[in-house]
Amino acid sequence: MGVGASAHPSMKILRGIATQLGTLCLTILGLLFVTFFIGRVVPIDPVLAIAGDRATPELVAKIRLDLGLDLPLYQQFWNYLVRIAHGDLGNSVLTAKPIIEDIATYFPATIELAVVGTALGVLIGVPLGVVSAAAQGRMIDHVVRVVALAGYSVPVFWLGLVGLLVFYVKLDWVSGPGRIDAVYEYIVEPRTGFMLVDCILAGDWEAVKNAISHFILPALILGYYSMAYITRMTRSFMLEQLTQEYIVTARVKGVSERAIIWRHAFGNIRVPLITVIALSFAHLLEGTVLTETVFAWPGIGLYITHSLFGADLNAVLGGTIVVGVSFVVLNLLSDAIYALLDPRARTA
Amino acid sequence: MIDRFMRGAALAALGLTVSALVAGQALAATPKDTIVMAKTMDDITSLDPAEVFEFTGGEVINNVYVRLMTYDPSDFTKLIGGAAESWSVSDDGKTFTIKIRQGMKFTTGRPVTAKDAAFSLQRVVALGKSPAFILVQFGWSADNVKEMVTAPDDQTLVLKTATAFAPSFVMNCLSAGVGSVVDSEEALKNAKDNDFGYNWLRTNSAGSGAYKLISWKPKESVVLEANPGFYRGEAKTKRIIIRHVPEPTAQRLMLEKGDADIARNLTADQLKAIAADTRLAVNSTGKGTIYYLALNQKNPALSKPKVREAVRWLIDYQTMSSTFLAGQYGVHQGFWGKGSAGSLDDTPFKFDPAKAKALLAEAGYPNGLELDLDAGNTSPHADIAQSVQSTFAQAGVKVNIVPGDIRQVLTKYRARNHQLLLMYWSPDYLDPHSTADFFTNNPDNSDGAKAKTGAWRNAWDIPDLTKETAAAVLERDPQKRIGMYIDLQKKVQADGPIVVMFQQTEQAALRAEVKNFILGPSFDTPVYWQITK
Repeated sequence: MGVGASAHPSMKILRGIATQLGTLCLTILGLLFVTFFIGRVVPIDPVLAIAGDRATPELVAKIRLDLGLDLPLYQQFWNYLVRIAHGDLGNSVLTAKPIIEDIATYFPATIELAVVGTALGVLIGVPLGVVSAAAQGRMIDHVVRVVALAGYSVPVFWLGLVGLLVFYVKLDWVSGPGRIDAVYEYIVEPRTGFMLVDCILAGDWEAVKNAISHFILPALILGYYSMAYITRMTRSFMLEQLTQEYIVTARVKGVSERAIIWRHAFGNIRVPLITVIALSFAHLLEGTVLTETVFAWPGIGLYITHSLFGADLNAVLGGTIVVGVSFVVLNLLSDAIYALLDPRARTA
Repeated sequence: MIDRFMRGAALAALGLTVSALVAGQALAATPKDTIVMAKTMDDITSLDPAEVFEFTGGEVINNVYVRLMTYDPSDFTKLIGGAAESWSVSDDGKTFTIKIRQGMKFTTGRPVTAKDAAFSLQRVVALGKSPAFILVQFGWSADNVKEMVTAPDDQTLVLKTATAFAPSFVMNCLSAGVGSVVDSEEALKNAKDNDFGYNWLRTNSAGSGAYKLISWKPKESVVLEANPGFYRGEAKTKRIIIRHVPEPTAQRLMLEKGDADIARNLTADQLKAIAADTRLAVNSTGKGTIYYLALNQKNPALSKPKVREAVRWLIDYQTMSSTFLAGQYGVHQGFWGKGSAGSLDDTPFKFDPAKAKALLAEAGYPNGLELDLDAGNTSPHADIAQSVQSTFAQAGVKVNIVPGDIRQVLTKYRARNHQLLLMYWSPDYLDPHSTADFFTNNPDNSDGAKAKTGAWRNAWDIPDLTKETAAAVLERDPQKRIGMYIDLQKKVQADGPIVVMFQQTEQAALRAEVKNFILGPSFDTPVYWQITK
């Protein structure tokens, strides 16, 4: 028995929190370090993004000085860390606004898509994966596998365009690119950054309906993408469980097939499934650039990509911090859920 | 238990999906009094006229502010007064007296006065942002601008220049974005730390143009509302909404559905595909933007005149222009675009690999040579680069394409580390000096030179042409001045390291009912106030 095990439980919790926070800080620091240096070695002059190609030599020199680009790299990085420690992420060159404000604008747009996309992915993907594993080799299994494989391998960009063509142009079921129709641009005041919530707060039900009609197609496409991943992983975990000896024992003991699948096998895959779902959600948070491009959806993925091409380093670093923190927080959350679901994780 | 839950969840998800699809029926077309324009507009970084230098920002402020000088929207070769009603030049050519148009009002309700105009020009110079150089070239600086730009009374603006420039040059410069008249009281009311209202004006407007800026959401939308007091009459369309739609296919779908009235960034293929659609129309206008091949004179091979000439015969201008560039780029071989006074419209070079091969042999390269070509990795840069690679190969010139983000290519260009480089140029204001100053001016060819003009970037040491360029901007006889620019272009065309290939034609796709959308020849000339639908 280790020393830690004999410590007071509250000390143990505190130590756990401290370890997690330490990990969080180190992860973010490492992330910033890598992003900062990549940003600085990219062969694009950051002054160009601010001053443009036609600026006078005096202006170029002044901006270079203002940005501290004349300092050694390690000093630039240190200055940046000091500013972050004071809660200042700097201003974006491309939007003329503080990074914090930009993130408050763009991140909710991504979160709302990712939340619904993941919800759809879980609600459809998990049962499909279980059913597919239980019916391994049968027609339903083949169909599920093909559907999941398509979702996993078809480029999301192409899927988005085809989705627009079918549901927006041909069938007229949904609205086109953008978060809301132009007519509502005036009516809905951005309060939370979540368009649906803002529409509800504005009390305009036509706007709510319109926002849903804009929202549903990109959410479904991300949902499909997420579902494909979750289905495949669920199926794979289930197949592994269904070949275990305890399943054979249960069958010998006459336990019903339904109980074997849902209570015994599924009960044992919940823990790894949590990681899969958390990962899927995290990927939707940072990896939806293409969906955001097709649907003219001003989210964080598009924001970071534009900023990267525009050599807007403050924005890239700010976006990286947000996405990085999201990853770490999701990781911590999934660890916490582990502990709830699996007693072994609590004592580990 | 879990079984029931999962089945229920699956059913709920299915139900949610179907009901959301059915509930979310799309609305009909855009409102009658509103124009929705789908455009790539993530280039806006500021809407302060003292700073705007990007395509979309320039276009927006052209419709939000009135500039001292402007162009007749029906004929962009005609410079006319904007906020300036009349003007005169002193005998020594160094003092310009401008009478401000009477009766003009800002959207705030305040009258437009010469004091506002003087403040606007002074703040451009004092702030010293990128486009300030347009005014700084008059000999103005943050220290002297208050003496050089004065308003003795509400109607009179007096501008003094350090040198007796060609009057047409000075007046053309005042048609640029920096010539926009800002409501001085409104700007100062919102000023912080002596910034002349700069931080506020980046995202707000204080102008007297056809529209007022209601909102700019970066990478999302710009909303403009008609100014009923606009001096040329209230705009026909009450509201303009520019929506950021980065994907051309999405722009096309929105246009076809009627969710957008104008789509600005369709590809050549898409424009071809919609040509037969009677619900849509295409508006094509020649722009001042040119595409050229830059030949670094530090490269021993490219510094030989015969190699430079061979390069000119190795580009298949016609095939490119009639295939993947069809409708969007026409063959043009002078650095000042067709459609503005002073353009050289001759196109003496065509694809002739045999002639090029002979020239290369004469230059000492009978077996060809190998060159790197830096080019942007997007269309049309990448397509042009591939064509160049293939046609150069026919004369034994092996071209290695070095693709990169356009800013990366530009960074390399500014450091003159290239061999061949594909680049575009768009004039900053509608005067040929804007372009000549870049291509035929190189006062210091040393590596540490301050002015990184196009001639410098290609290490083209041209004392005579530099003198001629300086003389052209002072020439007071308009016809003679035009002749000087044509001469400069002929010299660049014949032998310079700048091989101009194409001039851009901007094509905007519109709903057929949308009329009178004028694009104009420059990035900041599109005019909204006449649009009807």
